[in-house]
Amino acid sequence: MRIKLSPKKITGLKILLHLAAILPLVWLPWAFSVGRFSADPIPELIQYFGDWALRILLLSLCVSPLAKALKSAPLIKVRRLIGLWSFAYASLHLLVWLWLDLQWGWSLIGSEIIKRGFVTLGMLSWLILLLLSLTSLQKIQRRLGRYWQRLHNWVYLAAVLIPIHYWWAVKSGWIQPLIYLLLSLSLLWWRRDKLLRPLKGLFKRQTSSTKRR
Amino acid sequence: MLIYNKKKSHLSENQVTPESVYLQRRQILQGLGLGLGAAALSAPASAGLFDALLGSKETKEQGAKEVIASTEPLTFSQPKAYQLDIAPTAEGVATTYNNFYEFGADKSDPARYAQQFKTKPWTITISGEVEHPQTIDVWAWLEKQQLEERIYRHRCVEAWSMVIPWLGVPLSSIIKAAKPTSKAKYVAFETLYDPKQMRGQSSRFVGGGIEYPYVEGLRLDEAMHPLALLAVGMYGKTLPPQNGAPVRLVLPWKYGFKGIKSIVNIHLTDKQPPTTWNKLASYEYGFYANVNPKVDHPRWSQATERVIAEGGLFGSGRQPTLMFNGYEDEVASLYQGMDLRKFY
Repeated sequence: MRIKLSPKKITGLKILLHLAAILPLVWLPWAFSVGRFSADPIPELIQYFGDWALRILLLSLCVSPLAKALKSAPLIKVRRLIGLWSFAYASLHLLVWLWLDLQWGWSLIGSEIIKRGFVTLGMLSWLILLLLSLTSLQKIQRRLGRYWQRLHNWVYLAAVLIPIHYWWAVKSGWIQPLIYLLLSLSLLWWRRDKLLRPLKGLFKRQTSSTKRR
Repeated sequence: MLIYNKKKSHLSENQVTPESVYLQRRQILQGLGLGLGAAALSAPASAGLFDALLGSKETKEQGAKEVIASTEPLTFSQPKAYQLDIAPTAEGVATTYNNFYEFGADKSDPARYAQQFKTKPWTITISGEVEHPQTIDVWAWLEKQQLEERIYRHRCVEAWSMVIPWLGVPLSSIIKAAKPTSKAKYVAFETLYDPKQMRGQSSRFVGGGIEYPYVEGLRLDEAMHPLALLAVGMYGKTLPPQNGAPVRLVLPWKYGFKGIKSIVNIHLTDKQPPTTWNKLASYEYGFYANVNPKVDHPRWSQATERVIAEGGLFGSGRQPTLMFNGYEDEVASLYQGMDLRKFY
């Protein structure tokens, strides 16, 4: 199948995506008012933002396979905004943890990041998303050239680390994180050729060097 | 900020919020949800305004009525030794934020799904290493008890805490009545098993993958300790189902999960009994489960805790956790010579 997307349609799609991405934020005041959150909403809010960060990140990983399947290159243009929204929710997730849960207790924050594996993974994932967001400006993209793609391939690592972070953090109920992990792995499986290329290159280099000897 | 600096025997007045204030608070809290300035907004009119701004009022009022309908007022004394000079957690918070996996793993599930729970009639059997095994009719037994109000700090293993005015009798009284034999070293407790009433027991998914019935255990000397309370009420009334009606344990120096709810069996034995969370994840939840700021949970620090007072986003503050949850003077002797890192 091939679909044609005019610049106008892409702009429309972008607006729709922005509106959709705001929905989880708009839902919150309503959810609070009707008691969808418990008397201690802080852990639930942390999970809520985390869930959306992960969902949106997985959505951003759907863009390029979809663009290929639909043979529609312009579709790639919506990827950055989806990725940035994922980072926005990840930042809210982190902010609620730092501010409302740990209440800016820096020594506790520091020791938790070092001592708790799942917090370390979460911070690492957030830093990856931060770096990708900071380098998402087109100017920077152009300046970075081919390094930009290399840098942005780190998103694949984040996509695996985040479900593990989730799984590690829950007290019971590992089914949801497992579903996310499987979704993430299947999106990476789609890209297995690309992901395995560096390994293949390494393997070839080694064999050729043996031949030379 | 460390609030606790007196021994428990110190009394201050006005410990317990009057019921009218609880009710008002609950309405406001349920109205607010967000907890934005919950304390500042004490007039029902403001709650009404928020309701108008934020959503339906009927659902909330119905919810509040349901909780009230399932509890009955109790008469009790207020022994000076068991009062704390900390304001109790808002009742609406303590009755809507519960870990009671039998009704669902989310903390708002128990209040939502336990309202039809039948607590009458209710019996507790006491068996095992006792001279007088017996079955107690809880409600008849309750009429003969001198209930005490005890304001205890409640520390959850998840690093949050509350302050709750419980009503009950010392656990020792019910155990003494059955006359433990010399072989009795431990006391095992069991929660009701009734998958028809408890949705978490009929579905592994709802019940958080826990094996039911929920079981807990104490060493006999811990069970006989004066602080160990067999609670039948809170905030001046019988327990709501979500808080473990009709009878639960309250062990203020231990993490909350030791406080087994809706007890039907008490069994005295010579061996250490299995306990539910220990069976599920022994490296996270020990048999003793004493509150200890120096022994971290594998996934979080126990050095501090978030005190849930008014609920809502800004209704809690962090404070250092105290050894044995502040009851060190009373209970430390129970564990003399034990390595509390090993026996956590």
